[in-house]
Amino acid sequence: MADPMRVRATESGGVVDVKILMKHDMETGQRKDSSGKTIPSWHIAHVAIKAKDKEVFRGQFGTAISKDPFLNVKFKGAVKGDEVVVSWVDSKGESRTDKAIVS
Amino acid sequence: MNKQRRSVVQITALIGLMVTTGLISQSQAQDWNKAAFDGKSLDDVMKALGASGFEKSNAITLNAPDIAENGAVVPVGVVTSLKATQMAILVEKNPSALAAQFFFPEGAQPFVTTRVKMAQSSNVYGLVKADGKWFVASKEVKVTLGGCGG
Repeated sequence: MADPMRVRATESGGVVDVKILMKHDMETGQRKDSSGKTIPSWHIAHVAIKAKDKEVFRGQFGTAISKDPFLNVKFKGAVKGDEVVVSWVDSKGESRTDKAIVS
Repeated sequence: MNKQRRSVVQITALIGLMVTTGLISQSQAQDWNKAAFDGKSLDDVMKALGASGFEKSNAITLNAPDIAENGAVVPVGVVTSLKATQMAILVEKNPSALAAQFFFPEGAQPFVTTRVKMAQSSNVYGLVKADGKWFVASKEVKVTLGGCGG
């Protein structure tokens, strides 16, 4: 798997706030390396967040999302102690899944 | 084959692989919206998202700085009181206008914050789909140092 992402999930007033920091270069395909060759694009394409086996958020990223993508979302339907699972798949097929317990 | 197209072909091939290995579902695989991410203008993206048009709405708040010191990392957030099922963030003057799109199943709050790259000062659009219709809020963000590299 790729480098781990940091996931923090906190619940307040019935709403779970999830903050995620993914580790990814997110190449746009616009940059050139020192020899002048274009560095091909490489980016997280899909993000899925689940809690209690139910999908609570889905995202599709393009190349314009910044390096080491940050994502903050909120949802209802989980309480302290429940597990939140975050997964991503990138344009090369690499993937990463990380979990956090709602606190 | 141009590099952009090649990487998109790679994505579709790999997503096919991901579906067979069960990492993402069939419906997610069909969803990586190549046409929308290829769109160069607002209209291109909207067409690819299946929107016949969009209505300005005060019920959407687009959080973004007036001036971004670093175009590589511009925090952008969209929040709305509308019953959003889908949202999208567009940066008008980027090589491809669509930065990301988000889907909100039941229980998800209509709120998202992320960070985008901006090639130059531009309007940023927060689009929200609610009740089958698309609504928009926009903000001009000035960029002192462009964020797409090169």
